[in-house]
Amino acid sequence: MWEYTETVKEHYKNPKNVGSIEDADAIGEVGSIACGDALKLYLKIDNNGIITEAKFQTFGCGSAVASASILTEMIIGKTVREAEQITNQDIADLLGGLPEQKMHCSVMGREALEDALANFKGKPTEKKIKSKIICGCFGVTEDKIKEIIRKNTLNLVDEITNYTKAGGGCGKCKDDLLKILNEEISKRNNGAKEKPLTKTQLILKVNKILENKVAPELRKDGGDIELIDIEDNKIFVNLQGACKNCPSSNLTLKNFVEDILKEHLGENIEVVEA
Amino acid sequence: MAEKIIYLDNNATTRVCNEALESMLPFLREKYGNPSSMHSFGGEIGKYIKTAREQVAGLIGAADPQEVIFTSCGTESSNMAMRGLTEPHKKHIITTKVEHPCVLNVAKHLEKNHGYKVTYLGVNSEGALDPDEFKDSIRPDTALISIMWANNETGVIFPVEQFAAIAKEKNPEVLFFVDAVQAAGKIPIDIKNTQIDMLSISGHKIHAPKGVGAIYVKKGTLITPFMQGGHQERGRRGGTENVAGIVALGMASEQALKYLDDETTRVKQMRDRLEKGILENSFNARINGSRFNRVPNTTNISFEYIEGELILLHMSDLGICASSGSACTSGNLEPSHVLRAMGIPFTAVHGSIRFSLSRYTTDEEIDYVLEKVPAIIEKLNSISPFQTELKELKEIKTSVKKQ
Repeated sequence: MWEYTETVKEHYKNPKNVGSIEDADAIGEVGSIACGDALKLYLKIDNNGIITEAKFQTFGCGSAVASASILTEMIIGKTVREAEQITNQDIADLLGGLPEQKMHCSVMGREALEDALANFKGKPTEKKIKSKIICGCFGVTEDKIKEIIRKNTLNLVDEITNYTKAGGGCGKCKDDLLKILNEEISKRNNGAKEKPLTKTQLILKVNKILENKVAPELRKDGGDIELIDIEDNKIFVNLQGACKNCPSSNLTLKNFVEDILKEHLGENIEVVEA
Repeated sequence: MAEKIIYLDNNATTRVCNEALESMLPFLREKYGNPSSMHSFGGEIGKYIKTAREQVAGLIGAADPQEVIFTSCGTESSNMAMRGLTEPHKKHIITTKVEHPCVLNVAKHLEKNHGYKVTYLGVNSEGALDPDEFKDSIRPDTALISIMWANNETGVIFPVEQFAAIAKEKNPEVLFFVDAVQAAGKIPIDIKNTQIDMLSISGHKIHAPKGVGAIYVKKGTLITPFMQGGHQERGRRGGTENVAGIVALGMASEQALKYLDDETTRVKQMRDRLEKGILENSFNARINGSRFNRVPNTTNISFEYIEGELILLHMSDLGICASSGSACTSGNLEPSHVLRAMGIPFTAVHGSIRFSLSRYTTDEEIDYVLEKVPAIIEKLNSISPFQTELKELKEIKTSVKKQ
């Protein structure tokens, strides 16, 4: 038995905006019967680009109905541009959360919306078809998998299955999923590394290291340390208290303070007494 | 949870009958001795286990109660039958595509890790096996044939007695194991007059508690014990006996035998009435599996173009308990392997609902379900994206009715 939130229950018991719109301005369709769920979304959009009416029909479970139902409520009254910003996480959040294995229902809602808006703008949705199919059982493409990993910051193959169903059938594509996941994770991590710190960020970071890792040790011996300035790779500090007159203060600086800072900032730095 | 519970999920588990409950209580209270002990306080427990063994033997028609070995559940019994093979040069197993996971997954394991070749027999749209295909699949190196007596999802009965005879004629050495978890207590079983070597039953499917099962092993059948340990069950299944569970299984078996007539008459009539009523009032309903060759308590109905979990959730709100072959109800994403093997279209597999009755089901409960379910289906039909298909289906059904 799944644990559904009260909001999910309310929406599958009494779904809002069920049905079709005869003269819809946009229709979005996703899913397939083999996969066990399909969703059709109909939109009326006025001249100002505001969604005035939204209706849906679905072949799906309780959480699929709830996701579609709440999505129609979310988008009515919004402009097309605003609606484009809605993510699958927004849908799941508004439902008070979905069981992990049911996250793909929120993804289906988001995709139907995307498909409908592309249909409204007259954009062909070929992009999806061009991309290589990774999971044959559920027809999930590489592009979709990458997009879902990025947007939801996924870290596990099981999570990809929960969000997209990929890998949930015969499981043969799990190696491919892991490969794609690793690529995306390394891209994510490199992205973080490549951006150099600004001077302010660097000062804050150095100060934090000194405060948390260095000063507590010095204080044990009645000493202390203060950051004075940073110029290029040179970090200027002042030793205080007992350290000030300590004969081995230079040793402390080079062997202890510099080592700790190198550990966190890389080998290319030098600690200098101001 | 709804106040009133209409429990129509008896193939999943059953209510413990009062007779079984009462019979087991002394062994959870004052009669707590270990039957292996040398003192008479423990030793006397053995005689209750002996009675239970006779009661189980009575339900399945075993010639000698010693052929009954108590286990912890149906799954353990299957594992014992399949993993206990003693002839290492025979590496072929025959089973079917529609077995319960406790057989199917053990077969896959033996195939993957122990060098066995496995033949998985298919079924037709009625859920039946092809006797010729079965006969042809038997080889000189076939070690084991594992075929269920009744299917848990559809209730369809396999002619295992005939199949055992066919098998022994072609290869007298082959072992024939039958998963009878869903057959025991629903149809007569007289194992002594068959050529079946092993047969499993589960307590909680026949109104005994969970945590106890049994396997019948015909005298002279060589299998290695699956649970190694002490000398319990004459060395064939180690581990201190689950005395209370075993006593309850014995009593439940006796009761099941007593209620067998009720099952094949009153319960069957209720099942048939439920089925007929649903088919008449929901145009997109269809029966999965043979309507004639079935256990009397089970019906598997597909509501085409709507999804099963959604139906279950709506029924559950009204206290009606059933189950579904839809992918959405399980942890994995694949729908029922049984219905898929029968070639049932996805639109119907995902909308399949299994109702399974018991001796505790009443006519009033069936009335209530017939009053509520068609309304739920009608409401859910309106959510389906297959409006055109539904309309066509409705027109076909209406024209058939008029004729």
